[in-house]
Amino acid sequence: MTTTAPAREPAVRKDPPGAARGPRRRPGRLRRVTLPYLLLLPALILELLVHLVPMVIGVVMSFKELTQFYIRDWGTAPWSGLDNYKVSVDFDAPVGEALLHSFLVTVVFTLLSVALCWLIGTAAALCMQDTFRGRGLLRALFLVPYALPVYAAVITWVFMFQHDNGLVNHVLHDQLHLTEGRSFWLIGDNSFFALLTVSVWKGWPFAFLIVMAGLQNIPKELYEAAALDGAGMWQRVRRITLPSLRPVNQVLVLVLFLWTFNDFNTPFVLFGRGAPRAADLISVHIYEASFVTWNFGTGSAMSVLLLLFLLVVTGVYLALTSRERTGRRARTGPRRTEERADV
Amino acid sequence: MSETVRTAGAPRTARAPRTTKAPRTARPPRSPMAPPRAFLWTRRIFLTLLAGFVLVPVYVMVSSSLKPLADVTGTFHWLPSELTIRPYIDIWSTVPLAKYFVNSLIVAGAATVCSVVIAVFSAYAVSRYSFRGKRVFTVTVLSTQMFPGILFLLPLFLLYVNIGNATGIALFGSRGGLILTYLTFSLPFSIWMLIGYFDSVPRDLDEAALVDGCGPLGALFRVVVPAAIPGIVAVAVYAFMTAWGEVLFASVMTNDTTRTLAVGLQGYSTQYDVYWNQIMAASLVVSVPVVAGFLLLQRYLVAGLTAGAVK
Repeated sequence: MTTTAPAREPAVRKDPPGAARGPRRRPGRLRRVTLPYLLLLPALILELLVHLVPMVIGVVMSFKELTQFYIRDWGTAPWSGLDNYKVSVDFDAPVGEALLHSFLVTVVFTLLSVALCWLIGTAAALCMQDTFRGRGLLRALFLVPYALPVYAAVITWVFMFQHDNGLVNHVLHDQLHLTEGRSFWLIGDNSFFALLTVSVWKGWPFAFLIVMAGLQNIPKELYEAAALDGAGMWQRVRRITLPSLRPVNQVLVLVLFLWTFNDFNTPFVLFGRGAPRAADLISVHIYEASFVTWNFGTGSAMSVLLLLFLLVVTGVYLALTSRERTGRRARTGPRRTEERADV
Repeated sequence: MSETVRTAGAPRTARAPRTTKAPRTARPPRSPMAPPRAFLWTRRIFLTLLAGFVLVPVYVMVSSSLKPLADVTGTFHWLPSELTIRPYIDIWSTVPLAKYFVNSLIVAGAATVCSVVIAVFSAYAVSRYSFRGKRVFTVTVLSTQMFPGILFLLPLFLLYVNIGNATGIALFGSRGGLILTYLTFSLPFSIWMLIGYFDSVPRDLDEAALVDGCGPLGALFRVVVPAAIPGIVAVAVYAFMTAWGEVLFASVMTNDTTRTLAVGLQGYSTQYDVYWNQIMAASLVVSVPVVAGFLLLQRYLVAGLTAGAVK
């Protein structure tokens, strides 16, 4: 990187990029062409090494019969064509049925978690938009779940969900007498709600953080103008805040969705190996399918299917939201928000 | 909703005193920006409940870490029967926590530094130059965010083992391999955020530096980077937290000497006993550096997000 910075004539610099006019400028042009690539090189190499090449290997593996006999030298594993995929999507057989169930659980879980995270995060950010006493403290407090390392936070929840010595049962049963007996939270059907609670507890501060940052980009004059025109608080939220936040929300919801859908850390720390069926998220499920049965070929096939699903969802989502965005811009133009604020 | 009174020019903060119990008509005229009373109460209740939701686990963590073992094995009680700092002494000998701590510090620290430097270079290139393949690069980097970690866990493991066999560079089981892995986890978000941040630094600034004879890297480090410090701090915080909290790869890619906290913390539950007070104490100890750092720097994070990512 350091080899690319010899001293140059200042005059060349004033030209807009790509405006080479004389032969004198050739070295500058060459530099200008190669420099961005050199700057990108470290990131590119790392992304290739850690993400893209392994992904390709993963796809290759999904077409192999990669059981524990071949794991030492996986190149010699026999090709198995589409067998791994057939096993994964054969919903009548136990493997496929379990995968489908896990997928559906993950979809429901993700939708609920993202919706709740977004709702709580946005509501909290809106509530804390104008100054009041203790606002800074409260903001710091709200960010604690996000700042805590996942395992430390989730392990605390594991303790709270314990059957005999946990806080949740103590409050629900001993103090409020809401349940007949002490419930199990980390096994059985309740585990879904335990997982959802932890996921929302941990996830909503991120939505809060992003929406809070987004709110600061909305000019104050918009609100003042709207207020003078008699817009009430709710109308200001509906007509100014939410439309202005739309681009932020589009990215936020997508990021939340992908993170929640792929989340491994939370269920893994919460349930350990062997998640209960009601909370069998897809990441842990594939992990189990790979490492418990030592059948990495099938595990890879499941991962590839998962990736395809995420690609399709993301693609459709981006196509829908960007069309909507360009459509709106064509109709009103970016500056027109102020006019729409006149309610 | 419709009770807004037109008092032009009233400052935003001017608000009717909340404590007055007088009938509505007797109140001084409210600013049009002042929120309605019902909202103030809803807000108070909502924020209180939310603070409770957030705080309960934190309270459990802190209070249980000060309880004797008998307290945490029996029925839960809000208050400890006696306060003891014993768990904080025992955590260091039950498992080699200090070693895990050092490992985590090295891994997360190195991953953060590398990730930030690489992200600065990439973001500068994307923000300041137009070149072929720019869009492909940004889209590719961003799309790696959606890869399920499980998809490349095993291939990466095999790749590291093969590289190790071929070149003698031990990536699997070493801190180096983990650093390499973690820094790419935070890289996409870091690049994305810094692109936005660098875009908001006026181009005239670095053009002026270029005119004054700085090379492009001189302009980057003397002008753009100093102007983008909040964004860079935000990215560093994010990168550190990502590396500090990761569980999946840490559990597969470390051995006894390189184990990090994420895996090491599981050592407090044996087959027969779960030392909940020690687990809580250890959780608190490993959380303090990140939470303290995060809360100190969260202003930068919000500022960085405001200028960068959410634009």
